[in-house]
Amino acid sequence: MSDIHTSHDGASHGSYKSYITGLIISIVLTLIAFGVVMVGDFSMPVMMVTIVITAIIQVLVQLVLFMHLNFKSEGGWNVISFVFTAGILVLIIGGSLWILHNIHVNMMLG
Amino acid sequence: MFGKLSLDSIPYHEPIIMVTAAAIAIIGATVFGLITYYRKWGYLWTEWVTSIDHKKIGVMYFLVALVMLVRGFADAIMMRTQQAIAAGGAEGYLPPHHYDQIFTAHGVIMIFFVAMPMVIGLMNLVVPLQIGARDVAFPFMNNLSFWLFAAGMILVNMSLVIGEFAKTGWLAYAPLSELKYSPDVGVDYWIWALQLSGIGTTLTGINFFVTILKMRTKGMTLFRMPIFTWTALCTNVLIILSFPILTATIVLLTLDRYLGMHFFTNDMGGSQMMYVNLIWAWGHPEVYILILPAFGVFSEVIATFTKKRLFGYKTMVWATAAITVLSFIVWLHHFFTMGAGANVNAFFGIMTMIIAVPTGVKIFNWLFTMYRGRLEFTAPVLWTIGFIITFTLGGMTGVMLAVPGANFVLHNSLFVIAHFHNVIIGGVVFGMMAGFTYWFPKAFGFTLSEKWGKRSFWCWLIGFYLAFMPLYALSFFGAMRRMQSYEQTSWQPLMIVAWVGAVVIAMGIACIVIQLIVSIRDREKNRDLTGDPWDGRTLEWATSSPPPNYNFAYLPAVDSIDSYWEMKQQPGGFKRELATSFEDIHMPKNTAEGPIMSLFGLFFGFALIWHIWWLVGLGALGMFVTFMYRIFNEDTDYHVSAAEVEKTEREYHKRLEMQA
Repeated sequence: MSDIHTSHDGASHGSYKSYITGLIISIVLTLIAFGVVMVGDFSMPVMMVTIVITAIIQVLVQLVLFMHLNFKSEGGWNVISFVFTAGILVLIIGGSLWILHNIHVNMMLG
Repeated sequence: MFGKLSLDSIPYHEPIIMVTAAAIAIIGATVFGLITYYRKWGYLWTEWVTSIDHKKIGVMYFLVALVMLVRGFADAIMMRTQQAIAAGGAEGYLPPHHYDQIFTAHGVIMIFFVAMPMVIGLMNLVVPLQIGARDVAFPFMNNLSFWLFAAGMILVNMSLVIGEFAKTGWLAYAPLSELKYSPDVGVDYWIWALQLSGIGTTLTGINFFVTILKMRTKGMTLFRMPIFTWTALCTNVLIILSFPILTATIVLLTLDRYLGMHFFTNDMGGSQMMYVNLIWAWGHPEVYILILPAFGVFSEVIATFTKKRLFGYKTMVWATAAITVLSFIVWLHHFFTMGAGANVNAFFGIMTMIIAVPTGVKIFNWLFTMYRGRLEFTAPVLWTIGFIITFTLGGMTGVMLAVPGANFVLHNSLFVIAHFHNVIIGGVVFGMMAGFTYWFPKAFGFTLSEKWGKRSFWCWLIGFYLAFMPLYALSFFGAMRRMQSYEQTSWQPLMIVAWVGAVVIAMGIACIVIQLIVSIRDREKNRDLTGDPWDGRTLEWATSSPPPNYNFAYLPAVDSIDSYWEMKQQPGGFKRELATSFEDIHMPKNTAEGPIMSLFGLFFGFALIWHIWWLVGLGALGMFVTFMYRIFNEDTDYHVSAAEVEKTEREYHKRLEMQA
């Protein structure tokens, strides 16, 4: 991440190189995701796993290279806030799915 | 032209509402007349309405909260009166459709327009001073937050006279709040009042989160922050993460009601259980948004009045952080009976019991701080001790409700009502009153009458126990919440006791009003010239009372917890010396964009409620144009000249010398 600079006020700024790198990786990841569906004779589970993994990498690439999330900017507060928010999102969305799934099963709605 | 709005929307046939409206009109006309007579409109506009000074915004929040406390309490005593008489076939004096509006309005007002503005008001007044900052991170946004909140408050009050308020209970559960079951404007008032004030709250959360993280004075590391600032930080984290859930849930309900969608309807694939799930995913963090700052107030009050450092500062911080996280994993305990099954209920029941642990840690910290301290029994300390006892009791009934098996018996009974008033009155209200008494001299430069403060405390404490202990008992006899009337005459004696309790609380509120009047009358006797009336420990007491608009002529440097106290303990003590040279201070300018945007927001909300589409467009356009004007306005700050700073500081020191 040496080409991402942190300015004196703690905010992080990208460089020409980081944007180009990010763009190329994003395109490659998108092609892989489309590729497994359009080209190959892959089984359903393989396709799903590939798409999910490329999606996760895609999110990370965009966060780091486009949105300049790193441990240095703002004294690490950006990363801490992001991880905490992500954790709460998992708790609330996961919890909601779990609760409503159980209600669905118990009430024999399906 | 006026959508659904017509002259028939005003309930002429309801004498209670008409008398109230007449009273409000008379009081309003009197206030208007007095302001005009004394030519104070200009002063109000330049010094208060357009002010971006966090201290003044804090005062305005608290003032609105006190006024709304009277409104919300009027609802409360009407309900108590109804239940005291409507037994054994008697219908009382409130018909169901009116009674239902009253319990809904009571809940909405007390949470959104009393408890929230008290918490946010104290945060505004205190946090920047405690961290040694000159203002908040986004001063314009702070002013906008307040006025959006005020617009929501005005909408709720309009519903009293124009049309009606929701009859759904304070959280407007779907499908009752859907168009099919609530076709009138009540729920729409609820929706737009909460959306306007909710956006204000979200902005406040972002504002104070950034303020606390970025604007602390030199040397104030996170673990040197006063506990009130810590609890404010955690509360703001909760606001940022939970209020968007409320906003989004209400948007979905709005789509259902306005565009015929089916998110929470019974048919077409909607799920009303998702509404309950989402509203509590916000609703549970919300109760911690209210209580954490109250915990902060008690920590400051106890440390100051025992003249001891708070016992277990670090455990206090970690307990606050633990509560912040855990408050997101307990929301299902509000709907154990919805049918999620034993596994889900057991998980959320256990999580709820776990959250009592960090709260217990805090209670012990306060007790150990008092232990072997020289406790002064001032009014804030009385509120704190009253809190420790009452809140512990309320916490224990909360743990009882967290047992899913017991919850199936107690659900929707008066036990729930008694429990949450036990923690909200015993926790939030007592905390806010303690904070009000404790920081009032900082805001206005004179202390409040101790005598009337203590009277108010005793009325509130006794009134609370009289009003809510009977409800615990009644719940075991089978009394449910939100009853307009009931058959069992055997419940009536306890209902009357509860009514007496409400009357005693009314006396407590009257004492607060008298306390203000008496204290303002005697302000010259009770001047706080030093700025440190309680021999305090934290930075807000290091500047004058009230502080100049720039707070500190020089930003203080800090090297420990309770740094101001440490400074005072140095040989020779802390000297409020006049600096030899002064610098220009960079400050934000007052702005009219906040109130103007909110006024258009008020039009926008009101028009949507009554389907006056041209006014909806006008309101939206007005907000957009004002916002654009603000964005392109470069003239938003100025410098207080060194000469002016010197003049202000010299006056302060002259007052100090005169006192000495």
